[in-house]
Amino acid sequence: MAKSKIETDHKLDVRMFITGLALVALYAIIVSVLLSLGVSTVLVIVIAAALIFSQYYFSDKIAMFSMHAKEVTPQQEPRLHEIVDRLCLLADMKKPRVGVAEMDMPNAFATGRNPNHAVICATRGLMNRLNDEELEAVLAHELSHVAHRDVAIMTIASGVGMLAGLVSRMALFGAMFGGGGRGGKGGQNIVLLEMATLLISILIYIVSFLLTMALSRYRELAADRSGAILIGKPSVLASALVHITGDIGKIPRTDLRKTEGMNAFFFAPALSGNSAATLFSTHPSLQKRLDQLNKLEKELNG
Amino acid sequence: MGLRDALFGRTKQVAPNLDNLFALSTAALTLQSELDLVPSGEAGLCFKSGSGESTITTDDDIKELLDFDETTNKVTLTTDDLGFKWLVVKDPDFEALVTRIHAADTSMVEHQLGPRLLCAVFGFVPKTPPGEGSVRLVYLMKQGTFYPFAPTGPTQRNNELEIRVRSFLDTDLPIEKDLTRWMALWNVPVN
Repeated sequence: MAKSKIETDHKLDVRMFITGLALVALYAIIVSVLLSLGVSTVLVIVIAAALIFSQYYFSDKIAMFSMHAKEVTPQQEPRLHEIVDRLCLLADMKKPRVGVAEMDMPNAFATGRNPNHAVICATRGLMNRLNDEELEAVLAHELSHVAHRDVAIMTIASGVGMLAGLVSRMALFGAMFGGGGRGGKGGQNIVLLEMATLLISILIYIVSFLLTMALSRYRELAADRSGAILIGKPSVLASALVHITGDIGKIPRTDLRKTEGMNAFFFAPALSGNSAATLFSTHPSLQKRLDQLNKLEKELNG
Repeated sequence: MGLRDALFGRTKQVAPNLDNLFALSTAALTLQSELDLVPSGEAGLCFKSGSGESTITTDDDIKELLDFDETTNKVTLTTDDLGFKWLVVKDPDFEALVTRIHAADTSMVEHQLGPRLLCAVFGFVPKTPPGEGSVRLVYLMKQGTFYPFAPTGPTQRNNELEIRVRSFLDTDLPIEKDLTRWMALWNVPVN
């Protein structure tokens, strides 16, 4: 059959690739730093790997638990299931489990280590505020996260930061105890070496954090794009975004802080007032997302 | 989806699979002999309309694209409560009905609307009413598989009858194995 007019956004691909490449380079640096530390290497890797793996493996349960979300049956939420059913059949993907979080904040998230263990979840506030077509658009965005395996990719990406954090902590302990126990010139050198390790680790941690955030923003744009193409109407997703983010700004911040840890999996970030901090943000600015959707809409109509 | 698509966060649009539609003719015979169900003479094609699809913007455009029998008023276009379009075709001749749906599908694919196709629905009613109630055979466009849907109320369906239909049609049709894909089509505009 004829190829669709819109399939890929090469600029987005390039940006994603460069970010990913930079993260891989950081991995290499971390490994060499670890090796220079010597004995504790194996232990560090085992601990870090175990932590990252459990975070990845239980991502669906962790997310559902921390959001107080409950899985719902087609009998309990026929509408939600009907919309997800149709989207999954249109995209020819396996239907994820469907959940609802009983909270008024309008948002949605998708998580799970792979499409077979995925769960897609909407808050009650989202379902109350959006019409069916807008709700469908948001769910299409979330299903795109599942199809893109974003949980796996973001877990791998944020693993760098975790490793760097661990290394710096171990270097700090090493500097305190190792340096205190021994005197003389040799001890001095070890302290210097470990101080350097600490500095490098902190630097890596900061850089990897920025890169992970950047990658997360690109993944959001990619999910917006795929979701909009799936429903065929980018303008509907845009209107849903405006409704949600417009409302989120009005809700007091104190309520939203609790969900801060979930930001990377959310449809719209729960923190308001992201002013100058787009560099530190998990989600692209509303304007950026609307611009992309507007461009898509023009491509479809053109 | 390949690794590269996952890495770059892309999803390919899925083309429909029209190959198995014509297997319906034998299935219709089986339904009549085993369950006393005959074609209702109605079939529907369900798709999701999008922005500016190949310059088709209005319902009339879509209808013109798919209406290949202008002399009769057998083709109607409706929108369901979830915003999906339904092209409903009426024809007492079952073979002709299948051919029309297939032609409409092909026409959609030619106009690059293939990825927007969701399913086709064929109605079957008891030969001697009330019987056990009516059954729709749903053809999933992307998967190329069928499943029976037997609604008995606004949100109730007769699963027992559906499973029985499956057991009879197993050899005639590729039946959808994943039961989570047997989606409910409440308010389906095809009788």
